[in-house]
Amino acid sequence: MASRYFDVRAQPGFGVIALFTFAALYLPIITLVAYAFNASDSVSVWGGFSLRWFVEASRNVAVQDAAWRSFVIAVCAATFASIAATMAAIATTRTAPYRGLGFKYAFINQPLMVPEIVTAVALLIVFSRIKVWTGYSGLGYLVLAHTAFCIPFAYLPIRARLESMDLTLERAAADLYATPWMTFRHVTLPLLRPGIIAGFMLAFVISLDDVVITEFVKSGGQDTLPTYMLGQIRRTVTPEVNAIATAFLALSIVLVTAFFFINRKKT
Amino acid sequence: MATAAEIARAGQRRDIRSRWLLSAPALFIIFVAAIGPLFVMLAYSFMVKGDYGDVKFGQYSLDGWFSVLFQRDIFDDTLGLADAHLSILWRSIRLSFITTVATLLLGFPTAYFIATRPRHTREIWVFLVTIPFWTNLLIRTFAMQQVLRNEGVLNTALRATGMIDQPLQIMHTDWAILFGMVYVYLPLMVLPLYASMEKLDFRLVEAGYDLYAGRLSVLWRIIIPLVKPGIIAGSILVFIPSLGAYVIPRVLGGGKNMMLGNLIEMQFGAGRNWPLGAALSITLMALVMVALLFYVRNASRSGVQHG
Repeated sequence: MASRYFDVRAQPGFGVIALFTFAALYLPIITLVAYAFNASDSVSVWGGFSLRWFVEASRNVAVQDAAWRSFVIAVCAATFASIAATMAAIATTRTAPYRGLGFKYAFINQPLMVPEIVTAVALLIVFSRIKVWTGYSGLGYLVLAHTAFCIPFAYLPIRARLESMDLTLERAAADLYATPWMTFRHVTLPLLRPGIIAGFMLAFVISLDDVVITEFVKSGGQDTLPTYMLGQIRRTVTPEVNAIATAFLALSIVLVTAFFFINRKKT
Repeated sequence: MATAAEIARAGQRRDIRSRWLLSAPALFIIFVAAIGPLFVMLAYSFMVKGDYGDVKFGQYSLDGWFSVLFQRDIFDDTLGLADAHLSILWRSIRLSFITTVATLLLGFPTAYFIATRPRHTREIWVFLVTIPFWTNLLIRTFAMQQVLRNEGVLNTALRATGMIDQPLQIMHTDWAILFGMVYVYLPLMVLPLYASMEKLDFRLVEAGYDLYAGRLSVLWRIIIPLVKPGIIAGSILVFIPSLGAYVIPRVLGGGKNMMLGNLIEMQFGAGRNWPLGAALSITLMALVMVALLFYVRNASRSGVQHG
């Protein structure tokens, strides 16, 4: 047979590059995790498998404080962001375009458009002034800043869920004399729950991961886990940082995997 | 008596009011903790710098903006270009551009590879890209540091294979920043590319082969034009954060190899020149806006092309 028959989708070399990419994506992370289990004092000499650095990290008071602070900020910011984003999503979906809709989209997505460092120094300018005026230097500034940049991330899955939702049930409820609030409480909200949970989790991860804005907004002694790590990396690196990073990584992977499955069930 | 039309209009007005009330908390929070401060910063860029950071209120000057590009010699008071600023600006643009090209060269085949897997395994490959994407940027940067250090994985491997006898000094060079940025931003390129390749109609590719097009011309004249929206989206998603990168150059570039983000931080820290820092931030934002405008123009044009 003279006709050549081949897979039209195949492109020579693409598979090799793709596998190289996957290897490159995971090799550094795997190295980091492997050295977290290193028994030796040095980050470069392998001294056998040990959980020593995890134990030391968990006993370190500075690490405990930073972890707790990260958690508190992320829970507060994700909660406020999901509430605000849910309300905003209801206000911007399933309506005919109205004046100000484009403006709202631009406003809500603004934190995604501006480089983080720019937002960070702008917040530094404003909050440092407010700190002097009011004398308050608690965690409120961090929660506020985190809430702001978490809103677009919470907004996305909630809006997607609302857009794919059927209006029939809400209409039926209204036909059965449910008030708008009852309809929302007993029909819309339960249907929207997976979207809100996904939005909350995204916001939580985003807040937990933030380094730049936190670094500039925090007052003295308000390190979160990422800013604590940033400080440590600048000094001499011990395997303790690897252990903290590994624990952090494990938490992120659990959250993202859960998010992945929640989102998949929807379709 | 109100007519039906009037009742409908009143209902619509109530609707619009409740829509604004519902979106008010989100808009307010973003205004207070994101947009508003940008305007304050704009004002700061026109003020006189304070002696220990901050600014002198009520005293205006163009010094902040002036010193973005120029500097006055401290000995003879002559004017010259601010070489340090220009070289950092140039490094930021150059490294971001190379990062974008490198992620495209790696990401395009990767996204294509994922898009051509059987449907049920595609999800797993995408998931494998998503995990590093959601892993903390600082952790990934730190992981890259472990690879690039003198005693790191890369040098150890190269020495073990006998390719080099002295460790390569990669850390604290532009190469380290480049490797770090490509590594960190690669998923941002793969994901939008995959999104547009997934929709690719392979019958068009087949038609191309039937008409005796070679592999390269199918790739160049059919596949690439069809996935162009993904290429543009991915490039913009990589270019913009690269330009504003702060953590990666700080961890991998050391003190000397700064990018714009680090220069800005320096003005608010040791430099104690807040107006200059504010002016540099706005410069960075302007560069980002130019890139975004370019994207919007291209996106609307290709939207027309492909319906």
